[in-house]
Amino acid sequence: MSDFPSVKLHVVTGKGGTGKTTVAASLALALAAGGRQVLLTEVEGRQGIAQLFDAPPLPYEERKVAVARGGGEVYALAIDPEAALLEYLEMFYNLKRAGSALKRLGAIDFATTIAPGLRDVLLTGKVMEAATRERRGGGRLYDAVVLDAPPTGRIARFLNVNSEVAGLARMGPVRQQADSVMTLLRSRKTAVHLVTVLEEMPVQETIDGVAELDRVGLPVGGVVVNMVREPLLPFDRIDDAAAGRLDRAELSRGLKSAGLESNDELVAALVGESADHAGRVQLEERERSELAELERPTYELPMLADTVDLACLYDLGDQLAAQGLV
Amino acid sequence: MSTRPFELDALLDSASILVCCGAGGVGKTTTSAALALRAAERGRRVCVLTIDPARRLAQSMGLTELDNTPRAVAGVDVSNGGSLDAMMLDMKRTFDDIVLAHADPQRAQQILSNPFYVSLSSSFAGTQEYMAMEKLGQLKRDGTWELIVVDTPPSRSALDFLDAPQRLGRFLDGRMIRLLLAPAKAGGRGMMKVFTAGLSMFTNVLTRIIGAQALKDLSLFVTSLETMFGGFRERAEQTYRLLKEPGTAFVVVAVPERDALREAAYFVERLADEQMPLAMLALNRVHTSGAPQLSVERSLAAAEALDDSGESPLTAAVLRIHAERLKTSARDGHLAERFVAAHPGVPVVQVAAQPNDVHDLDGLRLIVDELANGPDASPPVSATRKKRAG
Repeated sequence: MSDFPSVKLHVVTGKGGTGKTTVAASLALALAAGGRQVLLTEVEGRQGIAQLFDAPPLPYEERKVAVARGGGEVYALAIDPEAALLEYLEMFYNLKRAGSALKRLGAIDFATTIAPGLRDVLLTGKVMEAATRERRGGGRLYDAVVLDAPPTGRIARFLNVNSEVAGLARMGPVRQQADSVMTLLRSRKTAVHLVTVLEEMPVQETIDGVAELDRVGLPVGGVVVNMVREPLLPFDRIDDAAAGRLDRAELSRGLKSAGLESNDELVAALVGESADHAGRVQLEERERSELAELERPTYELPMLADTVDLACLYDLGDQLAAQGLV
Repeated sequence: MSTRPFELDALLDSASILVCCGAGGVGKTTTSAALALRAAERGRRVCVLTIDPARRLAQSMGLTELDNTPRAVAGVDVSNGGSLDAMMLDMKRTFDDIVLAHADPQRAQQILSNPFYVSLSSSFAGTQEYMAMEKLGQLKRDGTWELIVVDTPPSRSALDFLDAPQRLGRFLDGRMIRLLLAPAKAGGRGMMKVFTAGLSMFTNVLTRIIGAQALKDLSLFVTSLETMFGGFRERAEQTYRLLKEPGTAFVVVAVPERDALREAAYFVERLADEQMPLAMLALNRVHTSGAPQLSVERSLAAAEALDDSGESPLTAAVLRIHAERLKTSARDGHLAERFVAAHPGVPVVQVAAQPNDVHDLDGLRLIVDELANGPDASPPVSATRKKRAG
């Protein structure tokens, strides 16, 4: 049973290096399972989706990148502000030719540079368009849209296009566009999920991010804790291990009875490595309890031994579904 | 891994600007602070300009206020005659200061309250980079410090840092700005002459999209900036030239992960194109093992044997930890080697993974000791810690 049954637009953010794109892609696969159509979008020009799915760089066009378990499909789209603006001009004003003239003048670069709020309206506007398509009118219909969004530090500002634009355009179509984007983003159809790892800075940023999203009235979804390591030491030995106080004689005996030769140097090295591991476990435990104070649904994904490939994405997606995110 | 021998101390004793760059989350701030600390303790007058330090590291360096003023860091060993100041960049304030310094009070107020200025100065993706450069220029001109260490902003891409100043300069000096300025400048009848098809279409479209008021704000903003800055581009280029001066060196920071190393590779290549001097790649969070002779296979087999016999579960657990550590270390080593093979001229200096984040000057000293001792000299993590603790 999904924790977010009403949500159609899943926004995935996270600090750089926490695996935000991997989580977004896994979530898209999980949402598509069983025959649903899902669009996975990115807005930062990083081509992270293409790399993850081992596909050539994505154009400004919805392309199928994967088939989910049970027959669903995941499409991907890399949204860039310039193409979105041209499309917008064409769609609403029939200004295709004007659009290309503006492009030659550098006007589009100009407009999206001088007012980052405008750029974000174009990016979020395109995501909204895909998420709210109806039977009539063009384009593929999606059951869900997943947005691989800008990182946690910028997410509230990126999504809160309304206030960014309000000062610039008090009326007119851009303002209207911003208003309808906000209506969707603030509704029960949207959830902003935050990806983190159990380290100090990412957890702090997650806590700050949740507070900021709350402050501007954007719906916080779940917290996805990525790259969780399995604790290998018995729980009651963690503190000793972290302090480098493991019983060296016991280890030496253990090594010998396992048929390995034991010497002081080897035992010292193993005690040192165990101290690092235990220190890490302690840190993760501290960070986990920090996150628990947020009182948000939390999902954990394991650390993968190898680099992420398509097969891993299915597995991670299954784990998200089993824990109730989907 | 074979790399060119690298003399960190020679660099720290001679450089006048060090720029640390790399992808987000790879430890740029920590590396900058660590390099600055070592240079100061070796006797130089150093200032470190940080962008977005982790809270506890900032506190330990006395960076409690975001006030754009370098302040002395307490706890630095100054017995060699050096000193360390640190500051956090306040992007908006740096921008405001430029405005206040170059415009008369009335015009400055006009600019500061213009909605386009507010938007540009607080959220344009390039502003932070530009302001970091601007601040670097200011600190350099101040002449107080022998070495300035700059931590670059957490850009989407490390390259933004190099491009943003020029982009902002070019943009404020570009064709669009001139088009927008044309009516205001020419005024009255003259305006008709420049009222080209392109301009009229542009203003038409813009009016339809953002509204007449916004267009008016935009023109006003651009006009005031134009009169104030004159050659904004020149300013950006001046700062850019600073990066090419002798005495400037770049430190690219990465971790042994695919994305971070890809960013590092782009950056290294870009620096070569721009003929900017790359000092080294600092590879943070590298895992090594103190017992490489005990292989993954033998460790795991032994752990299973212990499981079967029920003897010493602790030893079995420790052996599994060791096996995991070896795997991670092999993966890190493989990624690092791939980078070295592709960039043979770049000295790569490794820093061992720390179980906890760095929070104090002692932690910074540990890190920079490893950077200074070079890749081959750095002993395995656990041994290192033990030796230093003892």
